Amino acid sequence: MSTTPIKFYQVGSFAIGNRLLPAQDRAIQSDPNRTNALTSGHRACQGCGEALGARYALDAAMRATNEKIIVVNATGCLEVFSTPYPESSWRLAWLHSLFGNAPAVATGVAAALKAQAKNDIRVIGQGGDGATVDIGFGALSGMFERNDDVLYICYDNEAYMNTGVQRSGATPPAARTATTQAVGTNPGNLFGQGKNLPRIAMAHEIPYVATATVADLRDLEAKVTRAMSFRGARYIHVLVPCPLGWGSESCDTIKIARLATQSGLFPVFEAESGEVTSSTSIRKIVSVEEYLKLQTRYAHLFSPTRRDDVIDHLQAIADKNIARYNLISEGSAHL
Amino acid sequence: MEYPFAITLSANSSLANHTGSWRVEKPEYVHRMPPCNNACPAGENIQNWLYIAEDGSYEAAWRALIIDNPFPAIMGRVCYHPCESVCNRAELDEAVGINSIERFLGDHAIEKGWTIPAPRVESGFKVLVIGAGPAGLSTAYHLRSMGHSVRVRDATPAPGGMMRYGIPKYRLPREVLDAEINRIKEMGVVFEMNTRVDDVHDALDEGYSAVFLAIGAQLSKRAYIPASESARILDAIKVLHEVEDGSQPLLGRKVVVYGGGNTAMDVARTAKRLGAEEAIIVYRRTRDKAPANDQEITEAIEEGILVKWLSTVKHVDEKKLHIEKMELDENGFPQPTGEFETLEADSLILALGQEVDFSLLGNSADLDTKDGVMPVDATMMTSHPGIFAGGDMIPAERTVTTSIGAGKKAARNIDAWLRKKAYEKIENNDIVTFDQLNTWYYTDAPHIVRERLEASRRAKDFSEVVKGLNESNALYEARRCLSCGNCFECDNCFGVCPENAIIKLGPGKGFEINLDYCKGCGICVAECPSSSIIMVPDK
Repeated sequence: MSTTPIKFYQVGSFAIGNRLLPAQDRAIQSDPNRTNALTSGHRACQGCGEALGARYALDAAMRATNEKIIVVNATGCLEVFSTPYPESSWRLAWLHSLFGNAPAVATGVAAALKAQAKNDIRVIGQGGDGATVDIGFGALSGMFERNDDVLYICYDNEAYMNTGVQRSGATPPAARTATTQAVGTNPGNLFGQGKNLPRIAMAHEIPYVATATVADLRDLEAKVTRAMSFRGARYIHVLVPCPLGWGSESCDTIKIARLATQSGLFPVFEAESGEVTSSTSIRKIVSVEEYLKLQTRYAHLFSPTRRDDVIDHLQAIADKNIARYNLISEGSAHL
Repeated sequence: MEYPFAITLSANSSLANHTGSWRVEKPEYVHRMPPCNNACPAGENIQNWLYIAEDGSYEAAWRALIIDNPFPAIMGRVCYHPCESVCNRAELDEAVGINSIERFLGDHAIEKGWTIPAPRVESGFKVLVIGAGPAGLSTAYHLRSMGHSVRVRDATPAPGGMMRYGIPKYRLPREVLDAEINRIKEMGVVFEMNTRVDDVHDALDEGYSAVFLAIGAQLSKRAYIPASESARILDAIKVLHEVEDGSQPLLGRKVVVYGGGNTAMDVARTAKRLGAEEAIIVYRRTRDKAPANDQEITEAIEEGILVKWLSTVKHVDEKKLHIEKMELDENGFPQPTGEFETLEADSLILALGQEVDFSLLGNSADLDTKDGVMPVDATMMTSHPGIFAGGDMIPAERTVTTSIGAGKKAARNIDAWLRKKAYEKIENNDIVTFDQLNTWYYTDAPHIVRERLEASRRAKDFSEVVKGLNESNALYEARRCLSCGNCFECDNCFGVCPENAIIKLGPGKGFEINLDYCKGCGICVAECPSSSIIMVPDK
C-alpha cells in the first residue's frame, strides 16, 4: 500500500479526518469543499455501499485530474439510482450507453480526446460487477489488451441488485440470490471456479490493478490517485456491500466490508504490470463466520442446521487468500 | 420552452429529490457522559480538558479544568485517580494517564504564572469558611469565583489542612501547594491563619450570611494496647504535623507503624526519611483488604518498608513489642491464632484512622452530629440554616479529591441559598461503555509510565518520588483519550454518509445533519468511534 498510517495520532488514526492533522494528511472526503461527484438526492437504498464507493473514487479522481474527467457508466444500480430522467446526481461529465459496452465507449471517448489532443482530460469507465464480470467482460478485456488510456472501476456488490438480486459471475459460493435459492443439499450459489477479475486484469499485464473496499477510505483514495498517475489501461475493483442484496443492516455496510478484508475473504492489494506490488495486512484477524453471520444471504449456513462443512470451505478460500497475498504480518492481532 | 428532439423535460439536479422523506429514524449528535467524568469525585470534565489539551492549547485546557478544581498540580500528585480505573481505553490497551496530564497542566500553569482573575461583579454577600483544608479552600475558591466575599479561618499557621499537615513533602512538594493556594489568595479570598473559631454562631452575628465548616478529621483513633510505662507510643497525624512544623519527632532506629491506611504508609515512609533504619507496618488484615492505595503500598515496599500482614499489636514494652498472628475467617475477618512474635521497636506509631474533633467547634454543640461525623442534607447544609459543612467531617470518603468535590457542591448550594434560589444539578447518567465505541479507528498506543526516583535514593530525603511528564509526552498521553461520548471531529460521519447529508460546520463547531437528504441508514452512528451520535425515532 502506498500510504503509511499516521501512528502518532492515537485518537482516530484510522478515521477519515482528524482535527489534529494538517489538511494534506486528511482523507479527501474530510474536505468540506470536496467535489461530491455523486450528490444528494440520488435514489440508492439506505446504506448503499456503491453510492459511497463511487463518490469516494470519483472525488479522488477529480482531485487527481484537476476535475478534468469524463465518466462512462454501464447500466446497473449506479446508473439507475443516479439518473432518473430528468434528474442527475452527477456533478461531472457523465455518459451512459448500454449494459455491456461501457469499456468500449470509454475507449472511444479516450480516442476522441486523443484525436483532439486533449491529453489533460482523462477517462473513467465504471460499472457494477454484472456489467464488468459478465456482460461487458469482452469489451473490458479488449480495452485491457489494447492498453487504452482508461481507468475502469468495478463496484462489486456480488450480484445483479438493480433487477432483483440475481447471481452474477462475481457472486460468492454459498450465497443465496433470487436465482440461487437456499434449497437442496448445496444451498445457495455453487462452489464454482470463481471469476476473479482483478487477477484476470493482471493477466493482461496492464500498468495498474488494485482492489479496495469502502471500509478503508484512505487506501481507496490513494489507489485512485495512483491509478491516475499512469497512462494506459488500469483497473480498480472495489467491494461495496449491498444491504438489500446481502440482507444486512443498512448501518453495517462499512462494518461488513471491513470484516470481508479482516477475514481474508476479500484481499486488498495492488499490482503493476501483472505483478503484485503490495497488499494490506490484516489488522484484526476474524473468522469468516464473523463476516457471514451478519448477512441473511448466508443465513442457511447457520439455521435450521449449522453447515460447518460449507463454512469451512469458505474459510479455506479466505486462508488461501491470506497465504497468496501475504495478508498476515507481525502487527496482525487475533480477535 | 423549446426542447431538442425527443426531450420533454429540462435537465435537473437530483437535489430536487428530498430523500429525507424515506426516513423513520434520524441520527442526532449528543454529549454523553464519559466514565472518567462520572467517576471524578471533584466532578471534573476530564474528557473536555483533554480534548482541549490535545492540540497543545494548554492554557485553555487548564482554564477548563479549574472551572471544577483549582488544584490540578496538587491533584496530579495526591489524587488516587478513580477516573483511570474506569477509563474505557483500559480495555483497548491501557487507561489514559489522566492524572499525569493533570499534573503536567498544573505544573505548566505554575511555571507560566497563569492566574485566576477576581470576579468581575461583587455579589455583596460575605461567607466565612472555617478550615483551610481541601474542602474549605475549594469552597472559598468557588464562592469567590461567583462574586462573594470570602474569609477563611484556620487554627494552623499555613493553609492546606491535611494537604500540608498530613501528606508528606515527597508526595506533595510545598512549593506546589503554596503556588496553587496563592492563586486563590490573589482572587481576593482573605486568609486568617492561627485563628481558632470557638463558636460558629458568632460568625453569623459578625455579618456573614453563610458559614462553611470544614474542620476535617484530625483526631487519631486510639486502640487500647497494654503497654509498659516506658513504651514510646505516638500518633501518626501528630508525627506528620511535627515534621511539617520543622520539629524532628524522636522515633528511634526501629519504628513500627500500626495500621493499613494511607496515613500508615505515609508515616512509615516519613520515618525512613527521618533516618529510621527499619520501619515496619503491622496490619491486622491482608494487603488486598488494606484501605491504603495500592500504589502507595507498592512504593512503601519498594523503599524497604516491611509489612507484617495479618498481625495485631498485643503488648508494648520498652524497645520491643509483641504481635499476634491472625488468620481470616470465612467472612474475611481477622481472627487471633494464638501465635506470637516479638519485634524490636524504639517506638510505635498508631495510624488507625481519624475522627472529627468536635471540641474544635467549642460552643457550637447544638449542631447535630451522628456516628462521629456531622450529617448534612442534599444541599450540604447542617441542622442549622446557613451553616454548611463538608470534607472529612461529614459522612463521605476521606480523600483530597472527594473534599474538593464537596467544596464545589457546597459552594453552589451556598450561592443558591444566598440568592434564595435552589441549585439544580443537571443529571447525565448516560455513561458510555466500551462496547459502544467503534475502536477500529483508534491506534494502539501504550500508556507512558511516569518516571520515579529510584527506591534506594528516594527513601533518603523528602524529594518528590514521582516525576512529571514533559510537554511532548503529555501531548502524546492526552491524545490517547478516546473522547467517549463526545465528538472529537474525526470527520467519519461526514465521510461515510452515502447521501452527503452531513454538514461540516468548521473547526470546533462539529457537524449537523441535513434532514432533507438523510435516509436514516445509521452508518454515521455505526462508524462514529466515540459513540457521540445516536439514532432517534423521527416524528
